[in-house]
Amino acid sequence: MDFELNEEQRMLRDMVRSFAQNEIEPVASELESRHEFPRDLLKKLANLGLMGMTVPAKYNGIKTDYLSLSITLEEISRSLPSLAVILSVHSSLFCYSVNKYGSEQLKSTYLPKAAAGEILGAFSLTEPGAGSDISALSTQAVRREGRFVLNGTKAWVSNGNDAGAFILFAQTEAGSGGKKLSAFLVDRETPGLRVSKIEEKMGLNASITTDLVLEDCEIPEDNLLGDEGKGASIALHCLDCSRIGIAAQSVGLAQRALDEAVAYSRQREAFGTTISQIQAIQFMLADIATLTEASRLLTYRAAALYDLEKPFSKAAAMAKLYASEAANKVAYQALQIHGGYGYSREFMIEQLYRDARVLSIYEGTSEIQRMVIARFLLKE
Amino acid sequence: MNTFVFIKRVPDTESKIRIDHENNCIIEEGLNFVMSPYDEYAVEEALQIRESKGGTVTVFSVGSEESIIILKKALAMGADEAVLIRDDAPESYDGLRTARIIAEAIKQKYSEYGLILFGKQSMGADNAQVPAMVAEMLGLPQVNVITQLELEGNTGSALREIEGASEKVTVPLPAVVSAQKGLNEPRYETLKGIMMAKRKQIPVITTAELGLSDEQLAPQLTIVRMETPPAREAGKIVEGDAAETAQQLVDFLHEEAKVI
Repeated sequence: MDFELNEEQRMLRDMVRSFAQNEIEPVASELESRHEFPRDLLKKLANLGLMGMTVPAKYNGIKTDYLSLSITLEEISRSLPSLAVILSVHSSLFCYSVNKYGSEQLKSTYLPKAAAGEILGAFSLTEPGAGSDISALSTQAVRREGRFVLNGTKAWVSNGNDAGAFILFAQTEAGSGGKKLSAFLVDRETPGLRVSKIEEKMGLNASITTDLVLEDCEIPEDNLLGDEGKGASIALHCLDCSRIGIAAQSVGLAQRALDEAVAYSRQREAFGTTISQIQAIQFMLADIATLTEASRLLTYRAAALYDLEKPFSKAAAMAKLYASEAANKVAYQALQIHGGYGYSREFMIEQLYRDARVLSIYEGTSEIQRMVIARFLLKE
Repeated sequence: MNTFVFIKRVPDTESKIRIDHENNCIIEEGLNFVMSPYDEYAVEEALQIRESKGGTVTVFSVGSEESIIILKKALAMGADEAVLIRDDAPESYDGLRTARIIAEAIKQKYSEYGLILFGKQSMGADNAQVPAMVAEMLGLPQVNVITQLELEGNTGSALREIEGASEKVTVPLPAVVSAQKGLNEPRYETLKGIMMAKRKQIPVITTAELGLSDEQLAPQLTIVRMETPPAREAGKIVEGDAAETAQQLVDFLHEEAKVI
């Protein structure tokens, strides 16, 4: 069993790491504290080809394996977790689903622009009254004269502020008056679509999250993704994959919290020594390093299974569950090592602690991941 | 204009260097190796020359197969070709030996160039000898430690750093230049570049092929002892009123630091 990344993956990791150190680090805390969307950084990511990692060459992307995308998200998250989720939503949810389920026309219209960073993608499933329970979604799509007319309200839309296009889920009429979920691409310029509110969040403040209101929002029939009524399975499949990305984001955040804790423990003095010499601190460092490494291995394995075209859903759910919970534990302990300074906004660990909290909630809560894992166990 | 760039694999500048005192060398285990940072400026300059004047960029490295990764990095930045001049001898820090290998390779196998670029020195060895030696061996004009370069027809003019000033030097081409920080801002590799570098064949030439004898390849430099630099001493604090502290400072600068 070979646990080494291959040469291209190592080169990519080194490149993204040095980009993160030189370009992201100097501006990261400023972007977070100002709640500022990292537009310049996204342009730079696009120039490096990192906005099109799920887009085939035919549409001007550079489609890599999922492990490479995961490594990229991990390294970015180490410097700015907000940027990792922006890129993850764009790549693993938006570009991925357009490429897999979109018509040729949709793909050739949106994917080249998305890969070039000219448009950012978003993915909109959750509503104010329904998240994990996707059967309860109430946004409607009604056919009218060869078009779909959408009405409803969406919530928690990552990238909602800047997205040029949204993957959006709405109920369509099924036979005998029933409803079935369908997936659509909605262009930002569509009349009737508007962003109503920007969420005030606990963390990930450079990633802007919005509501979305659809009022008689008319879209071409061609903007339907996949078959009508197949929205639920499309959503679940896309989320299965993107969970690996959120796991990778969690690994990057945990790694940074660990790095901060190690560095702080080496320079903080107490009882006549640096606190790194105190066994209680050493044990905490050992524990959080182990949590981080275990998260990384689960994440890489889920990505590798996807790349080998093997069943990966259970592994992805395990990676997302474990890595997101571990990131919270690591951030908690790393903050504890910082003592009172950890509670101050002057130290990065305070931000990481807040950023970590949503990891076990979005793109499938820990409870949903456990349901997925249990379903596989009881089916096997 | 075709350019050649010579790059070297060195320990990452952020690595903590440990010394093997028995063998007088650094312990490579656990070190991360990278392209020497000054070489990145040289690669970038060559890429910019290609963008404005056409031609190709070929990167070379003298070293073991492990140097292939930095050649691939240069390809991923945009270089057209890469060549490994394979040399498995342990690091001898002998600039003359390296220069001889490079000069022979160029003389015997690679004649189509308008400019040869180096980093001003390799991080780690920091001898800053090889570019000058190669220029001498090839009978080419050279400008070292450059912060600006302009090419016009068969002439290159460069600004080079000298003590407290910069000097403009104009040379006929082909020539050898070595890059200093400030010459440009090296680009990152792109994802596309990394994918293309994967497929690129990197030809390997050996020192044996160049007909270099064991005698010519024997290092002429002996490392007697290798030590880490002494830990930096704590700063001095001058105390007293303004007149006293000013006098103490002047005394210090004159007698101890010997700068005035």
